[in-house]
Amino acid sequence: MKLELAGITKRFGALVANDHIDLTVAPGEIHCLLGENGAGKSTLMNVLFGLLHADEGEIRIDDEPVRFADPGDAVRRGIGMVHQHFMLVPVFSVAENVVLGFEPTRGGGFLDHRKARKDIRRLSQEFGLEVNPDALVEHLPVGAQQRVEILKALIRDAKVLILDEPTAVLTPQEIEALFRIMRSLALAGRSILFITHKLKEVLAVADRITVMRLGKVVGAADPTAVDEAELAAMMVGRSVELVVRKEPPKPGPVVLELRGVRIVDARGVAVVDGVDLEVRAGEIVALAGVQGNGQTELSEAVCALRNPEAGTIRLDSTDLTKATPKAALRAGVANVPEDRQVDGLVLGMSIADNLVLDLFDREPFARHGARDLARVAADGEIKLAEFDIRAPSARETVGNLSGGNQQKVVVARELSRAVKLLVASQPTRGLDVGSIEYVHRRIIEERDRGAGVLLVSSELDEVLALGDRIAVMYRGRIVGIVGPSAGRDRIGLMMAGIAQPGPSESDGDNPPVTNLDLT
Amino acid sequence: MSTVDLAPVEGVELAPEGRLVSLGRVRGMGVFLAVLAVITLVAFGIGVPSGAHAVFLVSGPPALSISPLTMSVRWVAVALAAGCAALAVLLVLRRSARGSYLIFSSGVVLFLWAFLAWAARGAALNLSQMLVGTLVYATPLVYGSLSGIMCERSGVVNIAIEGQFLAGAFLGAMVGSASGNLWLGVLAGAVAGGLFGALLAFLALRYGADQIIVGVVIVAFCTGLTNFLTEQVLTPDQSTLNSPQTFSPLAIPLLSKIPILGPMLFDQNVFLYGAAILLIVVHVALFKTRWGLRVRAVGEHPRAAETVGIHVLSVRYRNVILGGVIAGIGGASFTIGSIGEFSAGMTAGLGYVALAAMIFGRWRPFGALGAAVLFGFALSLQSYLAVLNVGIPSPFLSMAPYVITIAVVSGLVGRVRPPAADGVPYSRE
Repeated sequence: MKLELAGITKRFGALVANDHIDLTVAPGEIHCLLGENGAGKSTLMNVLFGLLHADEGEIRIDDEPVRFADPGDAVRRGIGMVHQHFMLVPVFSVAENVVLGFEPTRGGGFLDHRKARKDIRRLSQEFGLEVNPDALVEHLPVGAQQRVEILKALIRDAKVLILDEPTAVLTPQEIEALFRIMRSLALAGRSILFITHKLKEVLAVADRITVMRLGKVVGAADPTAVDEAELAAMMVGRSVELVVRKEPPKPGPVVLELRGVRIVDARGVAVVDGVDLEVRAGEIVALAGVQGNGQTELSEAVCALRNPEAGTIRLDSTDLTKATPKAALRAGVANVPEDRQVDGLVLGMSIADNLVLDLFDREPFARHGARDLARVAADGEIKLAEFDIRAPSARETVGNLSGGNQQKVVVARELSRAVKLLVASQPTRGLDVGSIEYVHRRIIEERDRGAGVLLVSSELDEVLALGDRIAVMYRGRIVGIVGPSAGRDRIGLMMAGIAQPGPSESDGDNPPVTNLDLT
Repeated sequence: MSTVDLAPVEGVELAPEGRLVSLGRVRGMGVFLAVLAVITLVAFGIGVPSGAHAVFLVSGPPALSISPLTMSVRWVAVALAAGCAALAVLLVLRRSARGSYLIFSSGVVLFLWAFLAWAARGAALNLSQMLVGTLVYATPLVYGSLSGIMCERSGVVNIAIEGQFLAGAFLGAMVGSASGNLWLGVLAGAVAGGLFGALLAFLALRYGADQIIVGVVIVAFCTGLTNFLTEQVLTPDQSTLNSPQTFSPLAIPLLSKIPILGPMLFDQNVFLYGAAILLIVVHVALFKTRWGLRVRAVGEHPRAAETVGIHVLSVRYRNVILGGVIAGIGGASFTIGSIGEFSAGMTAGLGYVALAAMIFGRWRPFGALGAAVLFGFALSLQSYLAVLNVGIPSPFLSMAPYVITIAVVSGLVGRVRPPAADGVPYSRE
């Protein structure tokens, strides 16, 4: 099946999310759509899948123009989509999720589970999509959930499969497995539209590449004829520094010490189980791992946002084990939280107010119980310039800023105190390349100033670029601590729970300075 | 008396949406039982003169007369307290949460037994009558909670059940009385409930209005409207408009001849049979059919449902209207099922109790049945004890069912998981 998008335009008010997009996907082709967050890739795919309606342009299948009123129409014409946020019902079984909307029945509307299972097993075998039809989706790891999504498209006989940022949540091994599945699908004559902003993956798997920027197609490329730097330049619109420059660390005394930390969540499950970890002044410890292996909870415990059930957390001489968030903050912890819009900012308030959320009740921003608004406003304007926050004024509502500028507001607030320890969780998630460079530089400056940094990231590139030591978490435990020279493959295996620590690197109590990658 | 737990028939059908009972909660239940044991021992046992006796009657067909059961109140209470304490110890020592509810419920039953013996000291208590009373009270609760399940499984909160009850009771009585045909009354009740279901659906789905607020407003509106119409229309013409017949008991051949249980379960009016049939139909439809799978998907993750071509809003409209119809029939049971007259505010908050039964029953039809029977028993007990004159002031007795509701919903249910998108308006973009 040949799929063509011709002149697709989609506007949201004044914003043109898609500006006359042309795109052709040939049968059996893995076609990569590359672009930064906000380039309009997801909007385009939602138009193609009937979730949004284009203002102009047309979609053609085998040269015949088609219109999709809703996703059902798109599915009937052979288009399948694996959404970035999975469209699975967590409390349903794999089989129920796969057949939903397409259910085989035994007559009278009764579900035919036997046929559902049989169809799923057949497709699983044909394309190497291993999954148990009777398992509950909420109990499956993310990689398996993704296979369920792909099965959902295949059981409806999708000829074109859209994969929207499919690798964001996967381990390197799972990514490899996904690529194998994609290739076997392409060999069977199905086309794949692979949406991503990750250059390595594009070059690894694509047959053809289309690059989008700011709602427009800015070029096409042949994966055999381009390199990462060229693609990055097309995607961002200028040449980009792909490597983070940093000096070797000068580790000082221990600032953060975790001993046997155990954290139990609301369900009573131990999400962090016996973690020992030290962070020294002047070093970045990166906490790597696939999302949901306890990193979030651990970083929250360090910021005293939750209290561990057992173990101790010490910052210098202060015991933070049972501290309140305010006490942790006063003791010198800075927190760049995972979800800036929920935990980092009050979206409805101004930039200036958000900048003093931590200190609004004390000198110099308040006196005798009353806020000094002039002082807050003046401080806001200073920070705007200092941290390069792009906004007309500090009175602007934070919710109106772009993701990158919102993150700069968080960073500006957190780094304006005396910081002994910076906890940065997924600090560049969803940011454009320019903002990523900025945030990375700030983190390194903070380290060089002598603060300890605990970086939580599920992006392996970020972990390797910033981490002086890398602690890999799997199922609530640290499976090993390695230097950045350990390499992607080995860290990837550790992320999958296969620990292969080197002899001197396994012990978290002794920072393996000898293993640091100093080159 | 707890929920009826259905084991999954085939692995795929039933997702374990069950509650997550922590061991701490199990111990809490144990402590609660221990307290009940102490109360039993002190208040019903030692505190009672040793000569006091209670007589329990069980009515059966004359051919199979069962002799009244006479018990010494003190010694029965002491024995039951010991049993209750043993179950409490069992709960506290448990290492797994599985089956704890059964043990806990058994303990509560022992306590109730002791309480009944105490309440009936020096008198006779007709157990059969009380159990029939339980079923009579439970019937509208089953309709109400099925209505709630229909709506909430598709993701719309229906707290207007009380209002739909009133509307159904009112119109059922009026049409049943004026036409002289009770089946027309049932139909009218269904229509009344369905109309208010449609209003809820329209405001909540078309305009995205807050479902709780719309629900409360509908209840207030129905209360006011039925009060007004009763005064203005029914009362002046009581004999033609507000004197419907009631459905007479319908004995089911063979089954109604079973000793003791037969007359209780199979010689009742059509509303009880209707509730039983509806219960099975809703359960099967929800968990075994394509329709049910789609409804549950819409209630759990509407966007996922939409991406596979299911029309979220149509599913919700249909279910909320159907839910209203069911509540309307339940409402009609108040007037043409038993009393034979509409009076203002006669549903007395049972719509809310039905909602509690739905939650206690974990949004599952048979779970809700278990809860409805429990609440029905509490209501029946209250009305029976009021007659017995046991020395508890009647206002306190009438509070009892609601105290039980609050205790059950807040303390004993544990963490229940409602449909994930329950009460969340859906928009496509």
